[in-house]
Amino acid sequence: MFSEYSGSELVSIFAMQGFAGLILFAVLVLMALGLAIIFGQMGVINMAHGEFMILGAYITYFTSMLFASQFPDLFAGYFFVAMALAFVATFALGTLVEWSMIRFLYRRPLDTLLATWGLSLILQQFYRSVFGAREVGVTIPEWMMGSYAITDTIEIPINGIFVMILTLVIATWLYFLMYRSNWGKQVRAVVQNRPMAAAVGINTEKVDRLTFGLGCGIAGVAGSAFTMIGSTGPTSGQLYIVDTFLVVVFGGAGSLLGTIVSAFGISQAQSTMEFFLSGSMAKVLTLLTVVGVLMLRPQGLLALKIRK
Amino acid sequence: MNSSNTLLPRRDWIGFALLAVLLIIVLPLALDAFRLNLAGKYLTYAFVALGLVLCWGYGGVLSLGQGVFFGLGGYCMAMFLKLESSDPESTRIQSTPGIPDFMDWNQITELPWWWELFYSLPFTLLAVVLIPVLFAWVIGVAMFKRRVGGVYFAIITQAIAAILTILIIGQQGYTGGVNGITDLRTLMGWDIRTDAAKQALYFVCVALLFLCLLVAQFVRNNKVGRLLVAIREREDRVRFSGYDVANFKVFVFCLAAAFSAIGGAMFTLQVGFMSPSFVGIVPSIEMVIFCAVGGRLSLLGAVYGALLVNWTKTTFSESFPELWLFAMGGLFIAVVLAFPNGLAGLFQQHIAPRLPNWYRSGPPTVASAAPAPQPPLAEPSKPTASNAGTL
Amino acid sequence: MKHPPPPLDRRRRRLTGWLAALPLSLALGQGVVAAPPPTAEVNSTGLAVTDDSVTVGILHSVTGTMAISETGSVQAEKLAIDQINAMGGVLGRKIDYIQEDGASDWPTFAEKAKKLLVNDKVAAVFGCWTSASRKAVLPVFEQYNGMLYYPTFYEGLEQSPNVIYTGQEATQQIIAGIDWVVREKGAKTFYLLGSDYIWPRTSNKIARKHIEKLGLKVVGEEYYPLGHTQFNSVINKIKLRKPDVIYAIVVGGSNVAFYKQLKAAGIDMTKENPLVLTISVTEDEILGIGGENIVGAYAAMKYFQSLDNANNAAFVKAFKAKWGDDIVIGDVTQAAYLGPWLWKAAVEKAGSFDVDKVREASPGIELTTAPEGYVRVHENHHLWSKTRIGRAKRDGQYELVFETEELMEPDPFPEGYQ
Repeated sequence: MFSEYSGSELVSIFAMQGFAGLILFAVLVLMALGLAIIFGQMGVINMAHGEFMILGAYITYFTSMLFASQFPDLFAGYFFVAMALAFVATFALGTLVEWSMIRFLYRRPLDTLLATWGLSLILQQFYRSVFGAREVGVTIPEWMMGSYAITDTIEIPINGIFVMILTLVIATWLYFLMYRSNWGKQVRAVVQNRPMAAAVGINTEKVDRLTFGLGCGIAGVAGSAFTMIGSTGPTSGQLYIVDTFLVVVFGGAGSLLGTIVSAFGISQAQSTMEFFLSGSMAKVLTLLTVVGVLMLRPQGLLALKIRK
Repeated sequence: MNSSNTLLPRRDWIGFALLAVLLIIVLPLALDAFRLNLAGKYLTYAFVALGLVLCWGYGGVLSLGQGVFFGLGGYCMAMFLKLESSDPESTRIQSTPGIPDFMDWNQITELPWWWELFYSLPFTLLAVVLIPVLFAWVIGVAMFKRRVGGVYFAIITQAIAAILTILIIGQQGYTGGVNGITDLRTLMGWDIRTDAAKQALYFVCVALLFLCLLVAQFVRNNKVGRLLVAIREREDRVRFSGYDVANFKVFVFCLAAAFSAIGGAMFTLQVGFMSPSFVGIVPSIEMVIFCAVGGRLSLLGAVYGALLVNWTKTTFSESFPELWLFAMGGLFIAVVLAFPNGLAGLFQQHIAPRLPNWYRSGPPTVASAAPAPQPPLAEPSKPTASNAGTL
Repeated sequence: MKHPPPPLDRRRRRLTGWLAALPLSLALGQGVVAAPPPTAEVNSTGLAVTDDSVTVGILHSVTGTMAISETGSVQAEKLAIDQINAMGGVLGRKIDYIQEDGASDWPTFAEKAKKLLVNDKVAAVFGCWTSASRKAVLPVFEQYNGMLYYPTFYEGLEQSPNVIYTGQEATQQIIAGIDWVVREKGAKTFYLLGSDYIWPRTSNKIARKHIEKLGLKVVGEEYYPLGHTQFNSVINKIKLRKPDVIYAIVVGGSNVAFYKQLKAAGIDMTKENPLVLTISVTEDEILGIGGENIVGAYAAMKYFQSLDNANNAAFVKAFKAKWGDDIVIGDVTQAAYLGPWLWKAAVEKAGSFDVDKVREASPGIELTTAPEGYVRVHENHHLWSKTRIGRAKRDGQYELVFETEELMEPDPFPEGYQ
């Protein structure tokens, strides 16, 4: 297959493929971070995670329409406003959901699974009723379309670079939040020993609520970013759910670093296999590998908690 | 707790009898052939829900991939029926007569060996039960011996459901792909599409369901049942007592798989086709809701739950298709938050105490309203152990 | 259902009816509806027909993933029914419809189909979109002898006496399209890409055979699961192989992801290097993809909203008047619109609603008022129609660049392509 290409061409292709793998890695991390926080730190399975992402996407859509009609000169920068709005909206919805539903279910992870699945159905139908059953197209500013040529033959999609930078920013911010801030300390305390944390005066309920909201907020930002690369419709959230769960579970609960490592592994495996095999086979093999590894090491790659 | 000696103590016997009257007498008289066939279809989901009651309610093992076993059983039956309707005479317009139509469209010219096995009815009947059980056994051993449980197990079953769906859709030459295996006509020469046939199949389905109910009842009232409850509540203690916990979990998981597979085969017979849309994540989760609505600890509740939720779905989707999804989502949430023991729990709480004493043999049950607190990442909370003997 | 009146009555009524009709129609010419033929005449199989109404069924997904695509079909069918009713109905009877939701779930389609045919006894059903839903309902229609009007372009390999296929089958879409791109654009190498299920696979099989028949090369063929969203790897592979044409049959949510990522990877379709030819993107899909992401791609369809003829102008105007100014109309929507008209024509030719008579009368029915111009029903229950190639514009519409001179004959079981 490679014989008819020159050395430099092959280098370009492999470089581009490497970047494709990195982009996939960034996408997976962005999707999974929100869920990892909620699942890892709180033991709650949020099956409506995809729908929170799509809410972020819809908000981006409306922001784009708003800017197009009201502030056409500022259109180039609307995306950042959209992401901020997406974060705020999904954060708010997340805290509402936590207050009304999740906080009764903390010790029943399987039940949260069912309850959030019900929530996802409601959200999907809500989107369908309010925004219509059809998909909506989000117009991206010009500077974000197309690709950036590093050299003559190596071209990297700009939205890929954007997603990678965004993921880096969010992951770094999360790290500082979790491990270097007071609030992060509170969150970790609540996770490790809830009664003691309450005894020393931490408002555990507020911490839970904000953490859930944070996880949902990150999902919203991810959904907003994904309008560049994917579809926005009432059922688009379903496209991301299985992969996201596998990344989080594979990485090990309670470990954000584990999520990142597992995302890296899965993305590299999948993009490499996609390059040499066909798409469906690559997907099946990746899933099988993940399941196989999980059977051998069920607590995931980097679990910090001792699992029962 | 109920006496463990009798298979059917009085209270359970009454419940069974009522269900029998409903299914065997009331429904066939009240419904026309079309709706009776629909009821039969709902009852096939009840098999899955029944398995989940044992597996999840009593054993604490939540499987979100029961569609896999439902589908495997259904596909085995579908393969047999498809081969029967693909005899050389009726497929003479194909390039290769004598093989199923979807194989012909995919330019396959001869039956693979593993399809040929399904020419035989005895093999098919065995395969319907054994292949899913074997699959469940492999998964169960791999997972439970390594003490994977709870949430992780649930998500892995989801992944397996996703994998199987992709495989079936991708290998369309051998499985019919996303269309599934359609146009099934006769079973050993007997036309399964006529109204009379659908009625007969309905009664077969009811008979098999009662058989499974009795098996489940037996398991539950047995020592195995009590051990399952113990494993669900305090797995470590059971392990320290010398039992091999994994074996019990594998057993109940395989049993649930067997029930689901029988349901799948009956579904294929009554509806006339099988497709990968029953194998994936969404249908598997829906099957859990049937179990949850009826009451995850109640065998009869599984049947009622399946009937009720599906009947509501059909009625609603005819008149208010958009409203239905809100209702179903709300149902999930309500069942989890407000009545975690489903209809059976409501019955226990509100109706049973008002029934005459002779109805309740044995010590009065303690129906608790609020779920008991559990350590983190443990199995779903449930009422106290003494309530485990209720239907 | 009314019992047929005793024979003497019937003959007398019929005679009176025709006697009354004759001077009336002579006096007022065409367009005046005579007293409708009595029910017993036009309905001998117990369908839902009365003296002034006839009931049909609409069976599409209003909820679920397919709702995105099937909404247009429902709108088109309802518009056609409204227009027919405004003209006096069919055989003097107003059309009532019962709409059922398939919910993107094939067993539900089968169940609702049976309900429509057995319980509601509808005279015809306009419905389905995916092949899976059609395959699921087909045994029901064949068992209960109903008639389904199916609007989607599909892979062929089927020819049921109980279905009229108003959309193109694979050879009509594919062969002329490939011939055009070879002839006009000098294409020599092709990369085939699709979603992983029967329609793309079968279509690509036909495409490959035709390409190789022309002595040209297929340099790659790939399939991705439905719902797949990351296409960067295959785009890199395409860049590696440098085909002249990307022949894309990507479906559903993957469509949006694919074209966005294709554009982001620096492949400018307006430069036609490579050229993108698709058979799965209609104006409806562009709503989700975004015109700026697909501008420059070519699509092989039989209808585009931008077609410039009197029928289409009237159709688009009526559609927008009923469903909103922002609406777009894709190929499948137009094919769905044809359904009620073809049924009406067949019923009037047969003089009866009975499915057997409608079936007998259907082959040869022509429709000169079709928005796509002209169609004719073939014996194999498909439609003679032209193949057209359009180029996607930034505003989400297609610009017609080619249409076949002749009508393409439908051939669901093409020799040499199997």
